[in-house]
Amino acid sequence: MSSFNPRRVRADVPLLGRVINGRPITYLDSASSTVPPRAVIEAMDRYYSLRHANVHRGVYQTANEATDVYEGARADVARFIAAPGGADEIVFTKNTTESFNLIARSWGAANLRAGDVVLVTEMEHHANIVPWFQLRDTTGIEVRFIPVGDDFRLDLSEIDRLLDGVRLLSLTLVSNVLGTRNPVTDLAARAHERGALVAVDAAQAVAHDVTDVTELGADFLCFSAHKMLGPTGLGVLWARRELLEAMPPFLGGGGMIADVRRDGFTPADGPAKFEAGTPPIAEAAGLRAAIRYLESLGLPDVAAYEHGLTERALARLEDELAGRVRVIGPATALDRGGVLSLDVEGVHPHDVAQVLDQFGVCVRPGHHCAKPLMRRFGLAATARASFGPYSVDEDVDVLVEALQHAVAMFS
Amino acid sequence: MSLGNLDELYREIVLDHYRTPRNRGELPVPPAIRVEGFNPLCGDEIAIYVDVRDGVLSDIRLSGHGCSISQASSSLMSVAVKGHTLAEVRATIERFKVMMTVGESDADATASVADLRTMGELAALQGVAQFPVRIKCATLAWNTLTQALDEAAASA
Ligand SMILES: Cc1ncc(COP(=O)(O)O)c(C=O)c1O
Repeated sequence: MSSFNPRRVRADVPLLGRVINGRPITYLDSASSTVPPRAVIEAMDRYYSLRHANVHRGVYQTANEATDVYEGARADVARFIAAPGGADEIVFTKNTTESFNLIARSWGAANLRAGDVVLVTEMEHHANIVPWFQLRDTTGIEVRFIPVGDDFRLDLSEIDRLLDGVRLLSLTLVSNVLGTRNPVTDLAARAHERGALVAVDAAQAVAHDVTDVTELGADFLCFSAHKMLGPTGLGVLWARRELLEAMPPFLGGGGMIADVRRDGFTPADGPAKFEAGTPPIAEAAGLRAAIRYLESLGLPDVAAYEHGLTERALARLEDELAGRVRVIGPATALDRGGVLSLDVEGVHPHDVAQVLDQFGVCVRPGHHCAKPLMRRFGLAATARASFGPYSVDEDVDVLVEALQHAVAMFS
Repeated sequence: MSLGNLDELYREIVLDHYRTPRNRGELPVPPAIRVEGFNPLCGDEIAIYVDVRDGVLSDIRLSGHGCSISQASSSLMSVAVKGHTLAEVRATIERFKVMMTVGESDADATASVADLRTMGELAALQGVAQFPVRIKCATLAWNTLTQALDEAAASA
């Protein structure tokens, strides 16, 4: 029996104590952003209360402490995703979106030529589509899509043909709309056989299971602190050391240089090359606390727990709302995360979310920044409920009760 | 449980117009004018067809999809403006927009309470003003109609 207890996590998260419209909050929007435990909030508080100073090149004590916090976070991230090259492979960005832009603008612009192919999937978040379109518009690369089948999983029947000419396979580990967990390890092996590199969007994965970049076969990995119990404003790009070393800088300014003269500049070595300007230091302190918190929960136990919770939620929706509520995603919890995109017959997702709000239930209506995927299934929007390590069966009870109310109200 | 202000938002008339929208369909273009409106935030889409004859909005049809508020608002609007002079239609649009801003100041509130009595079924949408994120849903059709009237005026 695992020692993981979601109720202990609930007690650690102040926001989950709120009352909304007279009911205890039922937070089911962790795919958008997780809610932080006290340990994360206090770590940022402590940083600002006792240690705040700008990082690097400080001589006085608090500046050294701030640098230790920031660089310590880099080391913790490296351990968290088992980066083989350690902290030197961790670049801090603003979020997953900026991490993908960095790959496209730096590695992509330096290495890709007209006709080269970047292969993405039809279930990508816009963060892993638009930067490639932008690069296409300046360099003439081709952006190709692996289609999604009617079973809400990647359709790999044509994968050999699709991999033709591919220089980069860039795909999500877990879909933020369908919950589908993609066979990244297998696909990475196939891409590598063709000499392509592999970028992985781990935004929906890192807080829900163990992430090991080597096991995935990734060359790049992107994620956001705010989807793993950490703060907003901080993201991660991991890349293999040789890649980072060869990549040109992204944004220019202070912090990213080794030297600046009147005739030019020399970029810094290591991750600093990609971190222009004063970085998000307090956020790094928060991320550090979030990582330690997740590690203390035990991510294999969290994964097993969320799997069971998802399985029970899918069964309840099927039992109690069959014919009225359709789950846009795999019907079983196998190779699936705790993201439930709902299509409620006759009720627009905005109305679903509005009615649910009255029950204190937080779900997200909309296209979830995955418009190609929504088009694929002929939907303008869904109402999405998603789990975190603090989610419990009672959340699903309230969700089902509120959905039944919405259905009754509009029929 | 009490669903208090939810009932304010989803009045029976609103739900009725959502379930049974009036004036759905298309009109031949020309003579009709067709204008599209989008609410990128929630994916609501609307197409409005208007026939303007001798200064009167003689016919209107709507197509598209969206949430109950945007659908009901467009349906209620079509009933409120059909057969009216363009001056009357523009005045109704103005009054509707004022109703959507109620709550911003007491003066506005008083003014629009007076107006509500003249608004007939449209007053059922009054509750939307208490749900700021939904105001855009309610005004989509009205902004699109304004655009259609402007185009009709320009091509007259
Ligand atoms: C799969 C996936 N990729 C990328 C993102 C973008 O993350 P961020 O908004 O933190 O850049 C999200 C979050 O919405 C996501 O779910």
